[in-house]
Amino acid sequence: MDLAFTPEEQKFADEVRAFVRANLPADVRDKVKNGKHLIRDDYMRWQQALGKKGWLVYTWPKKHGGPGFTPAQRYIFENICAEEYAPGIIPFGTKMVGPVIYTFGTEAQKEKYLPAIRESTVWWCQGYSEPGSGSDLASLRTKAEKDGDHYIVNGSKTWNTMGHWADWIFCLVRTDSKSKPQEGISFLLIDMKTPGITVKPIIMADGGHEVNEVFFDNVKVPVENLVGKENEGWTCAKFLLANERLGIAAVPQSKRGVEALKDIARVEQDNGRPLIENQSFAEKIADLEIQVTALEFTELRVLSQMAQGGQPGAEVSGLKIRGSEIQQRITELTMEAVGEYSAPYLPGLLWQGTNEEPVGPDYAHLAAPRYFNTRKTTIYGGSNEIQKGIISKMVLGL
Amino acid sequence: MDLSLSDEQKQLQESAERFAREKYTFDNRRKIVATERGWLPENWAQFAELGWLGMAFSEEDGGYGGGPIETMIVMEQFGKGLVLEPFLPTVVLGGGMIARAGSADQKAALLAPMIEGKKQFAFAWLERQSRYNLADVSLKATKEGNGWSLSGHKGVVYNAASADEIIVLARTAGSAREPKGLTLFVVDAKAKGLSRRDYPTQDALRASELTFDKVSVGADAVLGKVDDAFPTVEEAVDRAIVALCAEATGCMDAINAATLEYIKTRKQFGVAIGKFQVLQHRMVDCFTNAQEARSMTLMASLKIDDKDPTVRAKAASGAKVQIGKSGKFCGQSAVQMHGGMGVTDEMAVSHYFKRLTMIDLMFGNQQHHLTRYSNLAMAA
Repeated sequence: MDLAFTPEEQKFADEVRAFVRANLPADVRDKVKNGKHLIRDDYMRWQQALGKKGWLVYTWPKKHGGPGFTPAQRYIFENICAEEYAPGIIPFGTKMVGPVIYTFGTEAQKEKYLPAIRESTVWWCQGYSEPGSGSDLASLRTKAEKDGDHYIVNGSKTWNTMGHWADWIFCLVRTDSKSKPQEGISFLLIDMKTPGITVKPIIMADGGHEVNEVFFDNVKVPVENLVGKENEGWTCAKFLLANERLGIAAVPQSKRGVEALKDIARVEQDNGRPLIENQSFAEKIADLEIQVTALEFTELRVLSQMAQGGQPGAEVSGLKIRGSEIQQRITELTMEAVGEYSAPYLPGLLWQGTNEEPVGPDYAHLAAPRYFNTRKTTIYGGSNEIQKGIISKMVLGL
Repeated sequence: MDLSLSDEQKQLQESAERFAREKYTFDNRRKIVATERGWLPENWAQFAELGWLGMAFSEEDGGYGGGPIETMIVMEQFGKGLVLEPFLPTVVLGGGMIARAGSADQKAALLAPMIEGKKQFAFAWLERQSRYNLADVSLKATKEGNGWSLSGHKGVVYNAASADEIIVLARTAGSAREPKGLTLFVVDAKAKGLSRRDYPTQDALRASELTFDKVSVGADAVLGKVDDAFPTVEEAVDRAIVALCAEATGCMDAINAATLEYIKTRKQFGVAIGKFQVLQHRMVDCFTNAQEARSMTLMASLKIDDKDPTVRAKAASGAKVQIGKSGKFCGQSAVQMHGGMGVTDEMAVSHYFKRLTMIDLMFGNQQHHLTRYSNLAMAA
């Protein structure tokens, strides 16, 4: 056992850092560093740079055009990207539909969709939840009826993240309403430009527009857009969830978040002293830092098992739960550090290039919106209660 | 970066696992608890034979060149079995301090026989007022000819009744709670003027109150430098903390497995109680807690050899915070989910719970180490 990087790993780390510094657009880096909102083009410029290098789909195996990173390389890559303030890679193409297509798709589908995901020329979004189907996803009712060589899709999806920027959507649709809920679902790829699709924004508690409702009104989808077999889409859905669990812990982002919190606590004053010298607040940060360390080493243990050819075991299931709780705790303590200067609501400041003057320090106005926004992490991707249900059934056998 | 066990380490894990499983069945353990010593000489001889007593020491010290990972592996299995042999006071603490601070003569006289299973140690540092401050020591050692005379009191000294030598932390200079001015002495357990009151602990170990009434020792009894023992003690205790964390990880695995089994079989309202969501989620939280404890123990075992004392101290304290938190959660939850049975002496659960509870109190509880970690981490 050795925590230290091997010379090869160190060389790789140097290469990643040099690449990020040379290719991450400076304005995008500044936005991430200063907590500004990013637009589609910001993500695309960075992702396309990574795509050219072959690193955008860094979790993919070589045979599907990925770099075939070892688990240690994955860890290094993710950490350095976060340390250098690179935006998070949008997962819908790279970590979600891409692996589904290369696992369950036809050769024609692989040829058609995978290059655009690897190079980030197409923006994907996800059509899973529905107004009546949240935690009970298998009860979904958006219907796809076969009509010759097309499906006709009717229904609506919700909590669709960044669909207003998307070119394509992957959807779970009901193709058989007579069998058990899980058995009548299919996995369908739909071009967002198809007539009959309407995207309607949902404005969240922080004032931001991140998610949408998507309505399908007699949308014609070619049958060749079906991935896997008809009525077996639940298999794809489960695979996608399992595949997504590792990165969802967001360890590098949380490490960065704790450091930023400490910086704020060094600036904020408490009875004439820096807040970080307040013992009870310092201990809250310390407790959080220990939680992040525990999460990081749990992830490292999982990566180590995978490196030896093992499948992620019980450890991986807890990563989403703890990772999401930690992300929330960071925003909670950051707001606590800022105190009452969290109150001014200055949404214009969330965008780069605004002339609006901040009230108080420039980080203050971000604290509350982040706190409000981050409540989503224990809800999305299967709420933490649903995750615990999965673990108790699949891992503990209850 | 490589977090996998070597083939030798896997073998060590298997043999420690086998020892705990075969020699520490619940009934066997009961019998061992009832013996005069509270542990079995034949088990200790087996540890020596298997090389466990010397595994973490360098070859030049007569050991087998392992380190904290080997200690972690064995201690985890000891936790699973609630093993009673005094490995921590003798090997991790006593052996550890002798290896780090001892002269060549002391190593030959103390460490070599310890590795062969022929000597045991106890570490006497705590006093009535010390709480968790390792420097809050007032037992006095004063110069007496070429040697020293020790007078004062030491409390909750684990393994003192079985130890051949007591390693005593004494004040030779400086004021109360001052880290400078502390000295370690190796004192014959049968020395004149040293009296003991022996008792069992809550978790079925053995400890003693020691009174030193003008106990005379030679100059060669000093372990390390006079007045400068604190860094040795602090490091040894940090290492002992990490070993305790590994033991606690084993306890948590065992207590979680017992609870899971229990809620699958215990029926109320016509179904196994594990069918109730409120218990399912609590059980998941127990497993997540144990995973985090395991992760922090691994982290600390990997960092405890770091040259930078701050890294080492943060690693030990961070792990101890986690073990305190997770141990309490798993222990209390296990008892709760076992219902009335969980608080009976006949179920293993209550014994694991007691051990986890005492581990939290040993060398600083969760709150103490959170403060220590915080002071180290915020200064950076």
